[in-house]
Amino acid sequence: MSDDAIRELGIPELSLVLLVGVSGSGKSSFARRAFGPYETLSSDYFRGLVADDESDQSATPAAFEALRAVASQRLKAGRLTVVDATNVRPDDRREWVRFAREHDVLPVAIVLDVPAGVAIARNAERADRSIPAAVVRRQAEAMRRSVRGLAREGFRRVHVLTDADQIAAVGIRRERLLTDARDETGPFDVIGDVHGCRGELESLLTELGWSIERDALGRAVDARHPEGRRAVFVGDLVDRGPDVPGVLRLVMGMVRSGAALSVQGNHEDKLARALEGKKVSTGHGLAETLAQLAGEPPEFRDEVAAFARGLLSHYVLDGGRLVVAHAGLPERYQGRASGRVRAFALYGDTTGETDEYGLPVRYPWAEDYRGAATVVYGHTPTVDPEWINRTICIDTGCVFGGRLTAVRYPERELVSVPAERVWCEPARPLAPATDATPATAPSTAQRRADAPTIDDVLGKRIVETAVLGPVTVREDAAAGALEVMSRWAIDPRWLVYLPPTMSPTNTAKRADVLEHPDEAFAFYREGGVLDVVGQEKHMGSRAIAVLARDAARFGVSGDRRGALYTRTGRPFLPAHEERAFLDRMHAAVDAIGLWDELGTSWIVLDGEALPWSLKAEDIIRDQYAAVGAAAGLALPRSVAALEAAAARGIDVSALLAATRERTDDAIRYADVVRRFGAPVPADGIRFAPFQLIAAEGGLLVERPHAWHLGVAERLAAAAPDLVRTTRSIDVRVDDPGSVEAGVAWWERLTANGAEGMVVKPAAGLVRRGRSIAQPGLKVRGREYLRLIYGPDYTRPDAIARLRDRGLGRKRGLAAREYALGLEAARRFAEGEPLWRVHEAVFGVLGLESEPVDPRL
Amino acid sequence: MLLTITYEAPDAADLGFLLHKHPDRHQRFPLSVGQAHVFYPVVEAGVCTAALLLEVDPIGLVRGWRGSDAFALGQYVNDRPYVASSLLAVAIKQVFGTALTGRCDARPELAARPLPLRLELAAVPDGGEADLVARLFEPLGWRVEVGRVPLDPARPDWGDAPTVSVALEGEVRLRDALRQLYLLLPVLDGAKHYWVGDDEGDKVLQSGEGWLAAHPERDLILRRSLACQRELVADATARLLDADDASTRATETDADAAPRVPSLARQRAASVLAALADVGAHSVADVGCGEGALLADLVADPRFERIVGTDVSARALERAAERLHLDERGDRARERVQLLHSSVTYVDPRLRGLDAIVLMEVIEHVDSDRLDALEGSVLGDARPASVIVTTPNAEYNALYPALATGARRHPDHRFEWTRAEFAAWTDAVAGRRGYRVEHRGVGPVDGALGAPTQLAILRREGTA
Repeated sequence: MSDDAIRELGIPELSLVLLVGVSGSGKSSFARRAFGPYETLSSDYFRGLVADDESDQSATPAAFEALRAVASQRLKAGRLTVVDATNVRPDDRREWVRFAREHDVLPVAIVLDVPAGVAIARNAERADRSIPAAVVRRQAEAMRRSVRGLAREGFRRVHVLTDADQIAAVGIRRERLLTDARDETGPFDVIGDVHGCRGELESLLTELGWSIERDALGRAVDARHPEGRRAVFVGDLVDRGPDVPGVLRLVMGMVRSGAALSVQGNHEDKLARALEGKKVSTGHGLAETLAQLAGEPPEFRDEVAAFARGLLSHYVLDGGRLVVAHAGLPERYQGRASGRVRAFALYGDTTGETDEYGLPVRYPWAEDYRGAATVVYGHTPTVDPEWINRTICIDTGCVFGGRLTAVRYPERELVSVPAERVWCEPARPLAPATDATPATAPSTAQRRADAPTIDDVLGKRIVETAVLGPVTVREDAAAGALEVMSRWAIDPRWLVYLPPTMSPTNTAKRADVLEHPDEAFAFYREGGVLDVVGQEKHMGSRAIAVLARDAARFGVSGDRRGALYTRTGRPFLPAHEERAFLDRMHAAVDAIGLWDELGTSWIVLDGEALPWSLKAEDIIRDQYAAVGAAAGLALPRSVAALEAAAARGIDVSALLAATRERTDDAIRYADVVRRFGAPVPADGIRFAPFQLIAAEGGLLVERPHAWHLGVAERLAAAAPDLVRTTRSIDVRVDDPGSVEAGVAWWERLTANGAEGMVVKPAAGLVRRGRSIAQPGLKVRGREYLRLIYGPDYTRPDAIARLRDRGLGRKRGLAAREYALGLEAARRFAEGEPLWRVHEAVFGVLGLESEPVDPRL
Repeated sequence: MLLTITYEAPDAADLGFLLHKHPDRHQRFPLSVGQAHVFYPVVEAGVCTAALLLEVDPIGLVRGWRGSDAFALGQYVNDRPYVASSLLAVAIKQVFGTALTGRCDARPELAARPLPLRLELAAVPDGGEADLVARLFEPLGWRVEVGRVPLDPARPDWGDAPTVSVALEGEVRLRDALRQLYLLLPVLDGAKHYWVGDDEGDKVLQSGEGWLAAHPERDLILRRSLACQRELVADATARLLDADDASTRATETDADAAPRVPSLARQRAASVLAALADVGAHSVADVGCGEGALLADLVADPRFERIVGTDVSARALERAAERLHLDERGDRARERVQLLHSSVTYVDPRLRGLDAIVLMEVIEHVDSDRLDALEGSVLGDARPASVIVTTPNAEYNALYPALATGARRHPDHRFEWTRAEFAAWTDAVAGRRGYRVEHRGVGPVDGALGAPTQLAILRREGTA
């Protein structure tokens, strides 16, 4: 037990290390030398923290409570932690062993067993505090009595150092946990529960491209993959099936040669105990296994016993991105070691209840799984493996007449072979994983497994986006979004993208307008985006059209063909009108062959639904038109009264002139309202798509805008009564002639009654390192802005005051919302779980609830 | 916005003395609400017209506005610069302050007696209430002319504008005429532009002295003047009645003494409490608790050991916390009551393991195609032993005369179900989720149409 000759102490790299030794044994100086400055938590130091006095023994309970709180946070974060206290009594240590288990890390003891005299002498030298010699002797006595039993107390590693020179010199070697195979990067073929089905296993390996090696008797003893793939077995190799020894011979050979890894299944655990002579019930196929093994030579049985006993609970592979465990493993247990980690990995999270077939009801941990690592597991037979939150169960019940399945990693492809026959009658019928069978916990029957929970959306959230890195959504913003999302938004399964807000261009330098293309072109020129496109801005309402040929891709049953929703996720049209709209859009997409062209069964279109009155009739009438009517009543009467006063010789000329101007402005305003508020045509909605956001496989926003508008034109040709095209002009912002043409184009456009234009980088999404160029800047027409800033905002005093508009905040918001919206669409396109998609969409809505001047 | 005051009399120009404004000058008054101008379009033998023109700066109005979300003021595009509103009322008070008191040292006898006056307001918002102007001014002795214009001549389908021109003619003391405008313009407008302070009641009573107590629209005037702040309204009403004769008062008291039928809301809460007692719940969540009306009942009942209120509106929860005085209660009470920001369309693990969940008047606020999410989170995930659901009975709506056929009781109701529809839903949900259903009615039962509110108790299979 003494480590006198050892120069390095091996400890698991994630463990709770207890230093054991009397006062003055040199624990603190040892810890200072051997561990990092923050790794050691000293009880003396914590007494100081809570009581301003390191030797105040009355502060000990409070000091330990604080120490445990810190230790807990460190261990949860996966950091090695050293407890520097005397820990000489079994009672003190017992609590720490329990603490380590609660955090699923291994407890380690390092005992500094110096002679009591040395410790007493050191104590006497201390100026700040000194422990009486009698106390030290009592400590030494307590330690001497109990130190031999440390392993029995539950410490998984015990080091005893007795020599002062060695204590001063010995180093620490941090050892990886056995389950830590992060440096194994695959590629892997993870294979489901074999249960003695040797024939099917050989077929599956062959199907996967492995070549099987056989011994003289023709028995499979190893296998090799020409591309160097490695197999990982999820356990339950044994029991129930026809040839358990054959399976073991092959798998043990593969593990021995390094071609395979295997984790332990609950059946191996039980087999190991049986082979060790422990009393176990031989149900569930164990008796058959033992009978089959009885026909094998004793050396083989010994080898099997050692193999079954030596299997690990789980493996963490590929830099932490892949976890294999027999019954699955939640994130908090991955790469940890404790009895309950092992129990979970082998048996799953049983609720203690049993179902009508007498089988344990399992808690559906995968539905709550939010970890980053992919988890592949088996244990529970299912008909069709299904990805749930980056987890997949690949036990397809081969021994019960189902299939033997492998998942190829990182490809995530499923490969399976059918069972040759029913080798064993199942206790309960095989059922699809998500079906509402009595076998699964009723609590989750029919709940979509990856549906977002309240925890996925509430509180301050930091959403990692591919284009802009982490985007923060404040807690109160998320709270605001919850209400909108819950009360008004459509089913989150269809809500795979929300559009960003759009910033106006910088305020114009010219005195007579607020917005002008010059500033937009200059903005991009200064940002190094030289090719831009000016797109007509339609006066309608932002609308997102999701078109789906197969609702199942969206996790929806039935024949719904997509959705049309507003920028806050509300349904745009009543259900029957939406259906008609979707039918017509589908027909147009069919007609131009876009599905095949993009290799997709769904697309997300960002666009403008027209006319404005479709959504805004009430506000046009009650707000905008009413203001015009009020002005029409008031101003001419004011002019008349002033004219009468002027006729009397009263000097009201300035007021009269101003009032006449306002009268003219009011007339212009009424014209604008009439033009943009035109009634909805008899045949209803028009849709002007200006960008395809995403399709199967990924985002489409890095394609140039010319491509997007081209698609829109083809759609418009196919459905002229529904799809509107978007006029545009290409501008080279460093070419004065081109800029001039762009300005002239905008002037014509707005003079002819258009709202304005949006200037965008011609290339689409333009990345700028960790940032992105503004996706678009709107340049609104002078007349249109009367709807925003009031009928007479063009009066010089008014326009002067409006110039200060605080655009920076709006710009930042536009970029972050864009990043979040694209992130949602990307996650959906790449098949990520719904809660991941929803998290990002929810973030857009959260940012939208931040206060910004609504006129921008 | 423009107000003209016309006085016809041999010495009509005396109006200048009465208003304390010289008829031959253009006078300017910079006010907080804008720039006011006074000038006289007409000064002739026998007739004199004074004009008050207020130039409102809509940009300044928006930028100076703090705190409220009143839409009319939230936008640069609003009718404030054109219509006679509370802004004009403020201008009247500030520009014609002396006239409002009735003081006129030059012509005291004119100030003291009714004069033939014509008041014209170029544009008055009447909110589409066709006879509101007449109802307010005719009882005060005015002949009322209202001029209507189409909202937009190009859109005949839209009808008339919600703004009218108004002319009032009558024999009224100038002081009273101005005070009536001062008080009634904001009433017509509905939206007050300034903060209603506690002393607002005093201002109203002062301006309404002598005519408001007997005005048939007194309650409306008080309510709107005090921006619907209930306590201020009650206080002002009481003080008005104190100053008035006893007969008015007796009527009020009689109305109060009539036997009171508890409101449907109270009956509903009582039925839910009875249902909770029947299922023997000790831990209960009121999901969609709003401002906590039911929570207050639950807190008062010691049977409930754990009470959770959830709502999708964080503001509603804040008000619920205030209503329950959670801040002032002891630790035990605070542990007993928990308010959670949550949503029925998301799974919320915090709601697992309760005896009962109450969905009181909640489901009809959820779009019918999202009810599966509600079902999944409440009956699928939270899975309390019992769920108590109440919702309106659409059949009973026929007995509400104010409700048009097919109309719903609340604008946010996404649907209202007949008894058969509710039963179909509860039965289907209960079947899918392993619950048994019992239906009850709440409120007075009509033989053919049932009770106004329907209530269902869902008990999980395998529980008592």
